[in-house]
Amino acid sequence: MRPTDEQYCLGVESTADDFGVGIATFKGEILANASSGYIPEEGGIHPREAARHHAEAADKVLEEAFQKTGIKPRNLSIIAFSQGPGLGPCLRTGATVARALASYLNIPLVGVNHSIAHIEIGKLATGAQDPVTLYVSGGNTMVTAYDCGKYRVFGETLDIALGNCLDVFAREAGLKHRKGLPLGAALEQLAAKGGKLVPLPYLVKGMDLSLSGLLTAATTALRNDSYKLEDLCYSLQENAFSMVTEVTERALAHTEKKEVLLTGGVAANKRLQSMLAVIAEEHDARFSVVPREFATDNGAMIAWTGVLAYTHGVITPIDESYVKLRWRVEKVDVPWLK
Amino acid sequence: MAEITSSKLLKKGAEASLFLTEWYGRRVVVKVRFPKKYRPAELDERIRRYRTAHEPQLMHEAKLAGVPTPTIFLVDMANAAITMEFVEGKQVKQLLGDIPKEERQQLCFRIGEQIGKLHGHDVIHGDLTTSNMILTSEGKVFLVDFGLGEKNTELEARGVDLHLMKRALQSTHYEFAEECFQNVMLGYKAVLGEQDAKSVLDKIREIERRGRYVAERKEEA
Repeated sequence: MRPTDEQYCLGVESTADDFGVGIATFKGEILANASSGYIPEEGGIHPREAARHHAEAADKVLEEAFQKTGIKPRNLSIIAFSQGPGLGPCLRTGATVARALASYLNIPLVGVNHSIAHIEIGKLATGAQDPVTLYVSGGNTMVTAYDCGKYRVFGETLDIALGNCLDVFAREAGLKHRKGLPLGAALEQLAAKGGKLVPLPYLVKGMDLSLSGLLTAATTALRNDSYKLEDLCYSLQENAFSMVTEVTERALAHTEKKEVLLTGGVAANKRLQSMLAVIAEEHDARFSVVPREFATDNGAMIAWTGVLAYTHGVITPIDESYVKLRWRVEKVDVPWLK
Repeated sequence: MAEITSSKLLKKGAEASLFLTEWYGRRVVVKVRFPKKYRPAELDERIRRYRTAHEPQLMHEAKLAGVPTPTIFLVDMANAAITMEFVEGKQVKQLLGDIPKEERQQLCFRIGEQIGKLHGHDVIHGDLTTSNMILTSEGKVFLVDFGLGEKNTELEARGVDLHLMKRALQSTHYEFAEECFQNVMLGYKAVLGEQDAKSVLDKIREIERRGRYVAERKEEA
């Protein structure tokens, strides 16, 4: 039995291809983290199809979260949801679920920034306090650190995201996204068998980086058929990961922080982890990686960030709960960090 | 490097380390790009060699454009080390927050002039942050660290260069980033003229819209 005075937050995540529901206590215990992923038959995420999947999966995922914890909807204190950034149709589906729950239960609604939730769950799970964070996923590639009331972006991609770059290449190479084996993981397995470096562009511009040229060069090399696929996967990873590691090291040297956190879906990649571990050690910083279950998009991170926001005075009235497709992290107040 | 007697680590950057030392009786800075263990050796060597060879060339180009940069004494490709003049002065990064508003605006204007001169000679700095600018006691603004620079005639490259300047101001001097950048652009305009300044500003806006999750992009979607 859980103590009767415990307070719970339910978080809804639906920015892209995953629909997730998490339940967190106000003390930072994650009780549930249920999800259902949309797997396209071919190509990337079709926003409308993904939203349809979310609408169909919502009740099952919610039920799974409640059943697993034994918590009843009436035990909840607040509902948090991913308000942005992300794909419009997907965000709106999750927001609708969250608004419905909050109005029905007559409890506060809290809109959460998806990127900040990735950072906060990483901190909660690893005990990191004030890290330089590399957040890499299918939609995001950024180096952030907290300074003066906001998470500041110290470096980011000028074009496509790292996960996107790897996924598109993997699809071009004929790899398939299967349940339990995302494209990035399939690519990582192939890369581990490669070892010959194919010359590809390396584009670091100040603290920022560009990945679209690397992707084009890698797919062109693929079509030319003059390299082994394993070597191309290896070279693409080595180039792309070296670039993000270089900008992370720059932010680390610049901010002089003593912690490095790796979060987001691509954080599961072992090779990327090993590169960041090297720079952390060189700068006497502690390195941590978000655990796998919290690496990809998930409801638990939304629930936990909702707790942080709500307990520091943030509430999102229903008539202001419209989704924000391009909500940058520097625009978000983080009163829990003051 | 037997000529070097004793050296003091000035700065351990992410990309290179700077040592302050004496070389034939001169105070010099030795910039060394040590191998990065996280990258495969082959890739690492390619990057370090490329940057070591290009940096002095670009610094020379900058001088031709009338922008003060440290004098190069020696380039040691085998060790990826560059020996150059030690410029005495203050880092703009340290200075910007401590000087009165008027001086700050003037300084930013002068920085804009220097960037304008560079771009007028097709030199792209590649890492325009306030830590890479030194104000000397004679009032000269030196630009350093051309390791990520390039020769480029395209408007796109100029735009990215200035976009990085803007972003660096926003992340390090956010209290007055906007004011600073406006003055940088005024100085830029003073050197390159109304037309060039306008097209690069339009380009910066385009680059920003291209970025991830920028509100301005909504209008076009």
